[in-house]
Amino acid sequence: MVDVSKFKPKTIYVTYIAATPEKVWQALTSADFTRQYLFGSSVDIEPRAGGRFRMLWPDGRVHIAGEVADWSPPRRLSVTWLVEGMKDFGELPACLVTYDIAQSGDAVKLTMSEAHSWDVPRDILKGGEMGWPKILSGLKSLLETGKPLAAANEPPPPEFIKAVKKAVAEKPWLCQ
Amino acid sequence: MSKPKFVYVTYIRTTPEKLWAALTDPQTIRKYWFGITAESGFRPGSPWQLRFEDGRVADTGEILEAEPAKRLVIRWRNEFKRELKAAGHTRCTMEIEMADYYPDFGGKAVKLTITHEAEAGEGAPMIEAVSGGWPKVISNLKSLLESGDIAFK
Repeated sequence: MVDVSKFKPKTIYVTYIAATPEKVWQALTSADFTRQYLFGSSVDIEPRAGGRFRMLWPDGRVHIAGEVADWSPPRRLSVTWLVEGMKDFGELPACLVTYDIAQSGDAVKLTMSEAHSWDVPRDILKGGEMGWPKILSGLKSLLETGKPLAAANEPPPPEFIKAVKKAVAEKPWLCQ
Repeated sequence: MSKPKFVYVTYIRTTPEKLWAALTDPQTIRKYWFGITAESGFRPGSPWQLRFEDGRVADTGEILEAEPAKRLVIRWRNEFKRELKAAGHTRCTMEIEMADYYPDFGGKAVKLTITHEAEAGEGAPMIEAVSGGWPKVISNLKSLLESGDIAFK
C-alpha cells in the first residue's frame, strides 16, 4: 500500500455542488459519469483500498494509472495518479489525488487535493492548475443540470514541458 | 516572497455578456452572494461598495478597470472587521474569456478567473479571509447561470 504520509498537498480546488454526497461519489467512481467531464476518459477502479485505479481513453489506451489509497464511500476517495499517457510526464513520481465530500448546508462541498511526495517545481504544478478547474466545473454542471460542460484539454504551456523534461533527466526525487 | 494571492478559475455554460451582467447587476449579485450586493457605476474611477442585506457596508473601493464582458479590476478594502480594515487594500481582477470546448460535449464554456491579491505592503490578511468565501460565491454564480438556482444557501 502507498504511504500517504510522504505526500504534501500542493494544489487544492473547492467547489460547492447542489447534489447529495452519494451522487458526487457516483460521479467520481463510475465510467458513465467520468467520461462526460474528464476529457473523455472512463474510470476503471477496484472498489477497495489497495485496488487498481485507471482512467482509460475512449480507444482503451491508459490515460492515468494508479492505486486506491482510501475508499470510504461517500466521504473520501484517494488514489495515486500518474499520467502515463503523456510523453515524459509518465516518468515522474505519481501524485496523490484526494476527493473529500462533505455536506455543507443544502450543498456538497467537494475538495480536491493534489499532493506530491517530492519538491515538485512550480511549472509542473501548472498542469494540474489548468486541468482541475475544467474537470471539476464539468462535474458540477453534469450533476446540477444533467448536461456536461466540456472545456477542452489545452496543450500544456512551454515552461511545463521544459520543467517535466528537466525533472525526468535529473530525477531530483531520488535525493530528496 | 511574492505578495499573497488567491486565484480561482471556473468554467460556466453561459456567454461573456451574461456573465458580465451577473457580476455587475445588484439584483443578480444578491442572489448568489448570500444577500450581499455591490453598488457601483462599474466604470473606471467609479466608487464601489459591497453592502449586507441590512444595509451595513461590508467593503469599499474603486473600479480601476472595466471592460464589459472581458475584465473588471477593483481596488478593495474590508470595512466591517477592524483588523482587516486596518490591513488595507487588496486588488481583485475578474477576467472573462471564451474557453475551447469539445463540440460534441454539451456546449460552449466561458472561463472566469478571479485573482484577489494584496497590494504592496497592504491587505495580506484579507487574502486569507477571502480564500474560503470565493469558492462559495463563484459556485453559486455558476449554478445560477446554468440552472437558475444556487447551490449553497
